[in-house]
Amino acid sequence: MTAGDPSLRTTSTACPYCGVGCGVLATPDGNGAAAISGDPSHPSNFGRLCSKGSALGETLGLEHRLLHPMIRCSSWAMQRIAWTDALDHVAHRFAHVVARDGPGAVAFYLSGQLLTEDYYVANKLMKGFIGSANVDTNSRLCMSSSVAGHRRAFGADTVPGVYEDLDEADLLVLVGSNAAWCHPILFQRIIANKQRRGAQIVVVDPRKTDTAEDANLFLGVRPGTDSALFAGLLVHLADNDALDCDYIARHTSGFDQTLCRARGLAGSVAATALATGLSEQHVAAFFQMFAATPRVVTLYSQGVNQSAQGTDKVNAILNCHLATGRIGKVGASPFSLTGQPNAMGGREVGGLANQLAAHMNFTPPDIDRVRRFWEAPRIATHEGLKAVQMFEAIGRGEIKALWVMGTNPAVSLPDADAARTALKKLELFVISENVLSNDTVAAGAHVLFPALAWGEKSGTVTNSERRISRQRAFLPAPGEARPDWWIVSEVAKRLGFGAAFDYASAAAIFREHAALSAFENGGSRDFDIGALSDVSDDAFNAMTPVLWPQRAGETAQARFFGGGEFFTNDRKARFVAPEPPMLRTETHEGRPLRLNTGRIRDQWHTMTRTGTSERLGSHLPEPFVEVHPDDAARHGLTDGSFARVTTDHGQCTLKVVVSTRQQRGMLFAPIHWSKANASAARVGALVAPLTDPFSGQPEAKATPASIAPYEYVFRGFVLSRKPLKLPEHALWARAAINGGLGYLIADNADLKEWSSWLRSVAGEELAEYSDFGGGVYRAASFADGAIETCLFLAPARDAGDWEVAKELFAAGALTDAQRRSLFSGKPLQGLASTGPVVCACFGVGRTTICDAIAAGARSAAELGARLKAGTNCGSCIPELKRLIVKAASADPDQMAAAS
Amino acid sequence: MSEALVIVGNGMAAVRLVDELAKVALGRHAIAVIGAEPRLAYNRVLLSSVLAGEAASHEIELKPANWWRDRGVTLKYGCTVDEIDVGRRELKIAGEESVTFSKLVLATGSSPLRLNLPGSELSGVHTFRDSRDVDLMLSLAVGKKRVVVVGGGLLGLEAAYGLAKAGAPVTLVHLMDRLMERQLDAPAAALLKSLVEKKGINVLLNANTSRILGQSRVEGVELSDGRQIDADAVILAAGVRPNITLAKEAGIAVNRGIVVDDRLGTGADGIFALGECAEHRGICYGLVEPAYEQARVLAQHLAGRKASYQGSVVATNLKVSGVSVFSAGEFTGTDRSEAIVLSDIRRGTYKKLVIEDGRLAGAVLVGDTTDVLWYLELIRNRANIAGVRKDMMFGRPAALAAAA
Repeated sequence: MTAGDPSLRTTSTACPYCGVGCGVLATPDGNGAAAISGDPSHPSNFGRLCSKGSALGETLGLEHRLLHPMIRCSSWAMQRIAWTDALDHVAHRFAHVVARDGPGAVAFYLSGQLLTEDYYVANKLMKGFIGSANVDTNSRLCMSSSVAGHRRAFGADTVPGVYEDLDEADLLVLVGSNAAWCHPILFQRIIANKQRRGAQIVVVDPRKTDTAEDANLFLGVRPGTDSALFAGLLVHLADNDALDCDYIARHTSGFDQTLCRARGLAGSVAATALATGLSEQHVAAFFQMFAATPRVVTLYSQGVNQSAQGTDKVNAILNCHLATGRIGKVGASPFSLTGQPNAMGGREVGGLANQLAAHMNFTPPDIDRVRRFWEAPRIATHEGLKAVQMFEAIGRGEIKALWVMGTNPAVSLPDADAARTALKKLELFVISENVLSNDTVAAGAHVLFPALAWGEKSGTVTNSERRISRQRAFLPAPGEARPDWWIVSEVAKRLGFGAAFDYASAAAIFREHAALSAFENGGSRDFDIGALSDVSDDAFNAMTPVLWPQRAGETAQARFFGGGEFFTNDRKARFVAPEPPMLRTETHEGRPLRLNTGRIRDQWHTMTRTGTSERLGSHLPEPFVEVHPDDAARHGLTDGSFARVTTDHGQCTLKVVVSTRQQRGMLFAPIHWSKANASAARVGALVAPLTDPFSGQPEAKATPASIAPYEYVFRGFVLSRKPLKLPEHALWARAAINGGLGYLIADNADLKEWSSWLRSVAGEELAEYSDFGGGVYRAASFADGAIETCLFLAPARDAGDWEVAKELFAAGALTDAQRRSLFSGKPLQGLASTGPVVCACFGVGRTTICDAIAAGARSAAELGARLKAGTNCGSCIPELKRLIVKAASADPDQMAAAS
Repeated sequence: MSEALVIVGNGMAAVRLVDELAKVALGRHAIAVIGAEPRLAYNRVLLSSVLAGEAASHEIELKPANWWRDRGVTLKYGCTVDEIDVGRRELKIAGEESVTFSKLVLATGSSPLRLNLPGSELSGVHTFRDSRDVDLMLSLAVGKKRVVVVGGGLLGLEAAYGLAKAGAPVTLVHLMDRLMERQLDAPAAALLKSLVEKKGINVLLNANTSRILGQSRVEGVELSDGRQIDADAVILAAGVRPNITLAKEAGIAVNRGIVVDDRLGTGADGIFALGECAEHRGICYGLVEPAYEQARVLAQHLAGRKASYQGSVVATNLKVSGVSVFSAGEFTGTDRSEAIVLSDIRRGTYKKLVIEDGRLAGAVLVGDTTDVLWYLELIRNRANIAGVRKDMMFGRPAALAAAA
């Protein structure tokens, strides 16, 4: 590090992944990379980072980046174009479509990974100046049911509590949340509370995830029955004198009708057990814990939100907190965990089709107020199309021009193949992106705008607890990449709205955003950061994390609703009775199972960033489907084999993981893989596009599905320094590995075909090991003694792993002994394989961990002391414990002797 | 009273036979060894090492003089046997008294094939068979004479390598399209060619020598395609012929070699043959290993024990420093066989294992010959290799560890 070089100083910024919103310290090395650590002063994480955050430094490379504007030319190839030409073209085409077909024919599809300032400008342009509310966002897929539930109950989209409540609660109920994997830092705060204060943990989930490993009580509900559980809880609270009648009377309305309806849904412990598939003992235990514990926080996430009754589920939970007055008080609150770094910021600016701006809605006074503030010539007057409907409208040809910013809907939407097909119908398809290629770009984008990525862009994000943090740039803008707000503003200027979009900086936008939040507010709206509306550029740059509201001239309040004061007309909260729980689809003989979808620990969304980290790629490197052992037996599946999962919407071929963590009748498949990184694992394409009537959020976790074994004769892998196009017939999944890319493959083609294919991509000068009769083929090409490309194939039942080859691939120039070791597939002595990575933070492999267990380590803490495994983010601790248990059950005598 | 056993020939087969006899029938025979070469028996295999300067001539002697003395062997070297009188059980020796025998073992070896080429009688045309040839070739190398070696088999390669190592500019001409075609498949031979070329030897394949040029001395070699190669000397190394004249003239049945049965007996009672001069089941072996196996069997038999020679699985080792080549068994493969191949040409490694009926039938290895003994053992004992198949290419320790 060059002492004194101001560009290399440590910058405090915020993580770009989940909604926890951790503070990150980034110290650039001057060569495009940076050292990453947790920010000890940030109140979300106090210095800790999860595996994904810790690996951010590995994701800063520019190899896959879009660095110049591109336009599709007549030959269908993308070619570079000057910024001014690209902007002129897009503005001209948008103007043309609006003039011809009206503002409803255009749409923006935004992202919870945009900064608030980007979101604000895009929302303002579409809703205030183009005159359409067709602005929706991937947050629709993520937490729009929470938004709708909040608005129904509170009159505003308000998160009542703060993270400190997780430290102070005596009972934490996690509903439909695998926080251990998806919000690891908050989960570690919960675990710390359990250890320090003895807090109890209840996990409600159809799937026994790692989050459930530390629970005092696990409730494996049948999918879609959460609202019955909480209706039953409401009844129990009422019948056991556990209500806060004073709070109900003074601050709420609709309790009696709601309780009455709840009695109809789940009027007793027994009825609740029947409705949810739980045992009466478990239901009773949960009800008693909840009733007896004043400090209770109920955290919920996608298991609640991603449902055709997601809003009802949210309200069923909120009802219990309102009825006990456990809201907005220390250690007592309902708590929506958001999935994206700036889903909350998007909600604040109103970047959803059913919001206008700054927590104002499509009511005449709000519309008028925003119009006046913006001096908007053509303000949208009614809600636009929500994500799923928006893409259906594109498919019908009603929306003719679409601008996607920072998201990959061709992968992430339900019925994703249909969405991808719909995109091809657009007259104008514009994408602001970081990466050169993904499924959405490949779906036929006409213009690509290179946007700044994390580490380059500057602005604000808001986390799950309403805390606004600065994302700061610590790297120079690469190529011709520009901030998203700049790109939108430049198009706005070309559309004739220059005066309203003449922003000099993100700070200027933030000031306007803050001013709008306070405009004619007077305490009538929850979102108010008026105190920040005159923040100077310097103060903006130096801004430390701050909770909203920040009303001008008032002392900041941390929590909402402890003393009522809701944002309804009568300032009272509403109890909302949920409809009887039911899924929107039925299973039947042809589709006997239900497909649940979700995230895995070390990947994020469609892997365009996490997919570039070899550490993150090694935990679960290939797409899989989890199946209960009974279902596996019924459908002829074995652990480690392959299966085709089919729904009415699509088909995937995935590796089978047989696990009792999965409920009978349910499948689980992760959402991360796309056409860009796997041949047949676009799980979004399997999901039914059925949505919640209030939130428009799709039911992504219960699509009827069938599963059948799919046999492959050969399994293996390819390691390469550069991306390769694999043969059409192969099943493959790509993962980042140290020094390049790894492709896990399965295939039925003749091995000699693979030999020819390898020659076509790696040249004739191969070193090869072939036992065609035994079904084994291993080959490699070298450059300067280092592996350039290598291919290993073996009989599927006996394919071995890729650890030795990966180590040698990373090792650079190989000795003769290493080269021999490569083809043998076995480690050299002293180069023992460490196995697949379990602890991503310190790169500790399963073999290393099992060795330590065999050598006497009997707890996760002992493993941590010996290997450091699990001592950073802690998200592998459940897996460490499982390995210890597994070793104990495999060899009880030895374990007993050793201990 | 010991039985008179005479061995004609003082090569490696003879030494091994004496050694084996000493183990199983010490004192039973009064042994005489009669050899034409004027020195103690030496390891002929190592002549190329002497030529290459990697061993001194005296270092390759198989046994010291006292070894022979200790075993009571009468050693007559530098003596040529002219005739066998089978009826009188007597050998006629040039310039010496006849020697009588009760049992006779012919271990007369073989001689280089003198190709019937125009010019092969010229001064400067040599063969590579014994230590005198080596001395001669060394003097060529010292004089930086340009040498053409005719024959790309084991012998020719070793001669060419030795000469090149000793400093002579060497061209190797070979009739066939690949080197060592009887021991190597095409990829192995191609790799061998590149390795040999790296040693500074110019290799010409598909090169049919039509005549040797020169008036009285060698001046060059002409190929049938008209190419001419200037040379000061020519080494003929295009194969060997079993030395059978003595037997044939004595009326003992010969074919290409002296025909022997499974006890190494010839058609004449009490007369045996072994080594390169013998033909067993239609095969004349040109390698030392079969001779040793034959010596063991013959010694057993002469000791009055039951023993039978069933033929040898042939293994060939090329002894050229830094160019390890091994070939054994049925390496070409058949319809019923399959091959496991490791080919890393850039690193000078090519290994092929031929599997037939679940057993190792043959092997060709170039470059990495660490595991040849194990492969040879597997070929010879016809063990089922199912348990080690997937790791056997990578050596015995790896394979046995994996199979355990």
